[in-house]
Amino acid sequence: MVSRLSKPIPKGLLAVALLIGLAVLLPMLYLVLRAAQAEPSQLAEIVLRPRNLYLLGNTLALLAGVIVLSTLLALPLAWITSRTNLRGKRLWTVLLVLPLAVPGYVGVFGFFGATGSGGWLEMLLGFPWPRPTGYLGALGVLTLFTYPYLFLNLRAALLGLDSSLEESARSLGYRGFEVFLRVVLPQLRPALYAGWLLIGLHVLGDFGVVSLVRYETFSYAIYLQYAASFDRVYAAWLSLMLILLTGSLLWLEARLLKNLTLSRVGLGSARRPSPVPLGAWSLPAYALMVLLVVGALLVPLTSIVYWLNQPAYPLELSSIKEALQNSAQAAAPAALLAALLALPLAYLGVRYPSSLSRLLERAAYLGYATPPLAFALALIFFSLRALPFLYQSLALLVLAYALHFLAEAIGPIRSALYQAPPRLEEAARSLGYRPLQAFLKATFPLLRRGILASMALVFLSAVKELPLTFLLAPAGYSTLSTRIWGYTAEAMFAEAAPYALLIVLFSAGLVGLLLTQERR
Amino acid sequence: MNALNTERPTVPSTALPPVLQVQGLSKRFHPSLPPVVDQVSFAVGPSEVFALLGPSGCGKTTTLRLIAGFERANQGQVWIAGREVTRCPVEQRGIGFVFQDYALFPHLSVYDNVAFGLRHLRGRARKERVEEVLGLVGLTVFKDRKPGELSGGQQQRVALARAIAPGPKVVLLDEPFSSLDAALRQATRDEVRALLKQAGIGAVLVTHDQEEALSFADRLAVMRAGRLEQIGTPEEVYHRPRTPFVAQFLGRTNLIPGEAKGLEAETPLGRIALVEEAHGPVLLSLRPEGLGLAAPLKHLPQLEATVLTREFKGHDLTYRVRLGERELLVQESPESPFRPGERVRLVVRARAVVVGRNK
Repeated sequence: MVSRLSKPIPKGLLAVALLIGLAVLLPMLYLVLRAAQAEPSQLAEIVLRPRNLYLLGNTLALLAGVIVLSTLLALPLAWITSRTNLRGKRLWTVLLVLPLAVPGYVGVFGFFGATGSGGWLEMLLGFPWPRPTGYLGALGVLTLFTYPYLFLNLRAALLGLDSSLEESARSLGYRGFEVFLRVVLPQLRPALYAGWLLIGLHVLGDFGVVSLVRYETFSYAIYLQYAASFDRVYAAWLSLMLILLTGSLLWLEARLLKNLTLSRVGLGSARRPSPVPLGAWSLPAYALMVLLVVGALLVPLTSIVYWLNQPAYPLELSSIKEALQNSAQAAAPAALLAALLALPLAYLGVRYPSSLSRLLERAAYLGYATPPLAFALALIFFSLRALPFLYQSLALLVLAYALHFLAEAIGPIRSALYQAPPRLEEAARSLGYRPLQAFLKATFPLLRRGILASMALVFLSAVKELPLTFLLAPAGYSTLSTRIWGYTAEAMFAEAAPYALLIVLFSAGLVGLLLTQERR
Repeated sequence: MNALNTERPTVPSTALPPVLQVQGLSKRFHPSLPPVVDQVSFAVGPSEVFALLGPSGCGKTTTLRLIAGFERANQGQVWIAGREVTRCPVEQRGIGFVFQDYALFPHLSVYDNVAFGLRHLRGRARKERVEEVLGLVGLTVFKDRKPGELSGGQQQRVALARAIAPGPKVVLLDEPFSSLDAALRQATRDEVRALLKQAGIGAVLVTHDQEEALSFADRLAVMRAGRLEQIGTPEEVYHRPRTPFVAQFLGRTNLIPGEAKGLEAETPLGRIALVEEAHGPVLLSLRPEGLGLAAPLKHLPQLEATVLTREFKGHDLTYRVRLGERELLVQESPESPFRPGERVRLVVRARAVVVGRNK
């Protein structure tokens, strides 16, 4: 379609889209401005502080550990649930994906509530289990609740592979495992990279888990600098370093994918290979799956149920209601705003694809990839400098949610736009409607479902979001997520349990929604 | 050859002023690429049906979109109902547009689709107009259905009803029959043509189907690589093609070189008559129905050919024969007895048309 390339973008649309892209990127600029406030003499000291290296080492060690461990879990699991004669593949797949519905800080609540003295494991077994803390604690919890990203990607890739390639390798004399290493694994690389990137962004952005298990990464250090020692210049520097790290991850992924020349095989064309009998491997396979289901689902759920039933403290329904209301009051307008901002970006990307529209969409993704703590800090500096009346206001929190989750909102609107042919708007134009009217009358009604899906995604994501809420909520404004974090940090598990239950329900809804969106 | 389109009048035969006039229209999508539409000029009279015919990629749809205003022309002007609209946005041009895939609004009923363009009408008047147009296309009983619940032919009629409801002077149709199956196509074509004539609306139809253009249009233009090669009535364009391309695009033909001497030319088929006077080396077009086969004669061995294939089609019969180095198509009556491999004599039954001048 040569004609698309040359079509000039309407000026109004372009201006709006540029403004939105700028809104995502502008706060970052203030982060730089704030960091630059350091005295020149101070600067070298800040940048070259040995502690930075320590934090970098910790962060990278966690990143590498979670990626390796997730791969060791997700790869065999993806293969078992797609290629073998395992019974109930669909059920196991759902069970193995469900841990996505447990945010990391709820996972920590689950393990903390189970272990230590007073945990339900002590009640059950008679002796207290050690609490997961430090590096191993962070590694374990983050792996358990993020490996499904990799699992989903790998499973989809395995199902999409053309089995004739494997068959031809076999006909050339390779045995089963050799075929996997030499033919299957190389083709799984795009899925691996995509899964690793998602997990990596999660680990770098995580605040809830590392702060609760007290493992010092960049995120945790930023929080400490900002909240405890009020050294905002150093916090800004740490944020920039974290953003740099995230940027390198994105760059690495793009580079790895660029060198990859796999002619991808479409889903429909490939013939399904006949399932491999598990045989003697059945037992280890089931053991691995049961272990994960127990660790990532049973432990948190048992903790919730157990602590809900502890009569020590009466449930304070009014304060639960307040937190629920606070969560909704911030998340609902954010959902509306995100959908509103996503609309012009998605429209530009679908109807006027160009390097500019791709750039604007990437700006939105950058906002999403930026670690939330750094993003929150950037917004704080921005509001203090440019719009002081926004500081410590609910509006700033709403804005933060909307800009951070903008990328999530673009997806469903974009797929809805692809289903609304541009001819419809042209038909409306030929019947006498001006461009904006034509869009509202002919295209907008068809986007309703996509917009609703976008709003639901952003709403649920915002409800379970912790670090943004933590830094940006007005003083005394506590939501479901901040309550769980606060009570868990104080080891008040009975108080945390009802909030954890609500969050798990909300996130289960989010996961269900994401999966149905992906299936489109 | 390319200058041929300027030799013929670009205005319709009727004396009334045209409802659509296009002058020197050009469109380039990229400065380094050749123009997609190159100096296109024509005019359409009131209630005249005009077809733009050409192979895919020749620029005919872009021409239509330039007239509608969906694309901006780099050069040239468009007048609709005597008003220059080259710089007007689509919605101010007063055209109706029927899309190839109809582009009916899936969220609106048939009634609301047709009423969509009638914003200037309110209440009674609007209802009456919608029902009038729905009656015209015979879809009154379907007015509450959604487009998805209609057959292809019905959708096509809704699209037409929606386009003509606001009362445009000219309707632009972009391959409107191509998504219908063959059985429905002819009937729908006749209906649409009758409707346009009844409503007195000028129409421009874009198509790559030569049979459709010949049977649907009052006049047609053959387009190739962005330029109009010939404009005329279906009969003119079919019987008097001006270029080899036009001759070949409108049905099968034999292109034969020759030396013209007035109303006759010397060719490998012997001396044959010409439709109009010419001199010097020429390229001639002779349709298969202008040739016939007969038993060979001893004294005319130079016109003796060999039958290569025989294609029996019921109502007629087409032979492919070889004469010297040349293969020719011959259309005969279905009773013609010759078989592949047999020797036959070529008989020229019609006058040839000069489609080009050889150097």
